[in-house]
Amino acid sequence: MKKTCSTALMLLIAAALWLAPSPGIAADAIGTGSFNKDTGIEIVFGVPVDKSWAQDPANYSVYEKPDPDIRIPVKNVELDPKGVSAILRFDQPLNVSAEYVVDARNITSQGKVLGSRQFLVKKSQAQILFTILLGAMLINNFVFTKYLGLCIFFGVSQKKETAIGMGITFTTVMVLSAIMCWALYNYVLQALHLDFLKVIVFIGTVAIFVQAVDTILRKVNPYLFKKLGVYLVLIVTNCIILAVPLINADSNHGPFESLILGLGAGLGFALALFLMSCVREKLELCRVPATFRGLPIAFVVTGLFALAFLGFSGLSIF
Amino acid sequence: MNRNLRLVWNGFIPENPIFRLALSLCPAVAVTTCVKNGLLLGLAVLFVQVFSSCTVTTFKSFIHPRIRIPAYVVVIALWVTVIDMILPVISPDVYKQVALFVKLIVVFAIIISRLELFASKEPFVPSFFDGLGMGIGFTFGLCLTGAIREFFGAGQLFGYDILGFKPLLIMILPAGGFFVIGFIMATFNWLEYKFTGKIPTSGGGH
Repeated sequence: MKKTCSTALMLLIAAALWLAPSPGIAADAIGTGSFNKDTGIEIVFGVPVDKSWAQDPANYSVYEKPDPDIRIPVKNVELDPKGVSAILRFDQPLNVSAEYVVDARNITSQGKVLGSRQFLVKKSQAQILFTILLGAMLINNFVFTKYLGLCIFFGVSQKKETAIGMGITFTTVMVLSAIMCWALYNYVLQALHLDFLKVIVFIGTVAIFVQAVDTILRKVNPYLFKKLGVYLVLIVTNCIILAVPLINADSNHGPFESLILGLGAGLGFALALFLMSCVREKLELCRVPATFRGLPIAFVVTGLFALAFLGFSGLSIF
Repeated sequence: MNRNLRLVWNGFIPENPIFRLALSLCPAVAVTTCVKNGLLLGLAVLFVQVFSSCTVTTFKSFIHPRIRIPAYVVVIALWVTVIDMILPVISPDVYKQVALFVKLIVVFAIIISRLELFASKEPFVPSFFDGLGMGIGFTFGLCLTGAIREFFGAGQLFGYDILGFKPLLIMILPAGGFFVIGFIMATFNWLEYKFTGKIPTSGGGH
């Protein structure tokens, strides 16, 4: 047992050594880079390079992987004090969900030319998914900045309890119907060239799905049905439930991206609903001018929330 | 006043879909950053409302009451698909800004509620005029909101510079839409209070 362990360990170390980047720069070897905000790319050379070489933008050519002919001009290059890594700066913002290639020609170290090297720059899948989630939940909150689902939003935000119930039900249905609509769109509608039917098919899918959940929940878990059943029917008239599959279809999202967009939309809606219900419970006790009572004041409060959510714009973790 | 005219007037002011019934609020806030967008979406809704009212009232004896909601949704989705193909041809650049909302007309509560409350019970001619009135009322609501937001937010009307400066930038930000609708609703309530002497309870919010 011990022997196999130590053999496995040695194998692992060997693999790690083999995978670790070698200190020298092999000609035409492919390295990786990372995005620095959305106007910069950071690349690591592995050896200290000459300042005069590294800071000349003409030594780099940058393009998006699908079209090598369209070069993106480099504005300037910032070299770190040790000369091991550099940040290329660009005038126009990059599309951080795309894949870029950086060609560095004739890398020079201590006066010697070491050869050229390519760097691939791409966000990892997890980063892309997290960005979508954060975007749908906070930055582009569907209620406060995209103004969808307002009817339900104003209808059920009078009490905290109903807001929480609706939030949970909606998030569940949203995630499941987003993934179902994705499958239907990619495997049926696109395969048969019936794209123009997507509105009818999506709303039909959602309606059937909600009806099915209603029937199943009634039999399987009557307690949960009693708590959440009322909200199920309302979900069909919520714009968000149709908007998310449409956005997924328009921007060619993959299965995980569709799922995460649905989850983000659901959570964002639940958050908005909960915040609003907290305020409206307090509002009941306030002396609001008679003509503003009810919906008008709710609209003004939502406007204030929308202003607050503007603060999330520009938020980015990666 | 003859009944058909009264139906149109009813949708225009006394039961205005946006400010009095408070139905279909999403587009009222979302596309009204300028008058043009509001006008285009309003006309699209007018088209869908009139045609689906006429379709439902024609075929109402064939629709079983238990499956009426899915049947209405399919009828609306059909007309939405039609207008979604017509609009990009008529006005491509304005369509680009309201494309998502044209597809979302399917779930606008105003249309399905008119089908349920009116077109499924009344004969053809009144249903047509009811749909027309609601559509005009909706277009009016969108245009009014759009005009206020564009004028104060960008100092323009229909894309033409009027003021030359931007008095209240907040009006074209997301928050401004909510404020404007809130204040217009309050004004409608106040007007009703002046004329009838009682404070109305504003719409169900649905």
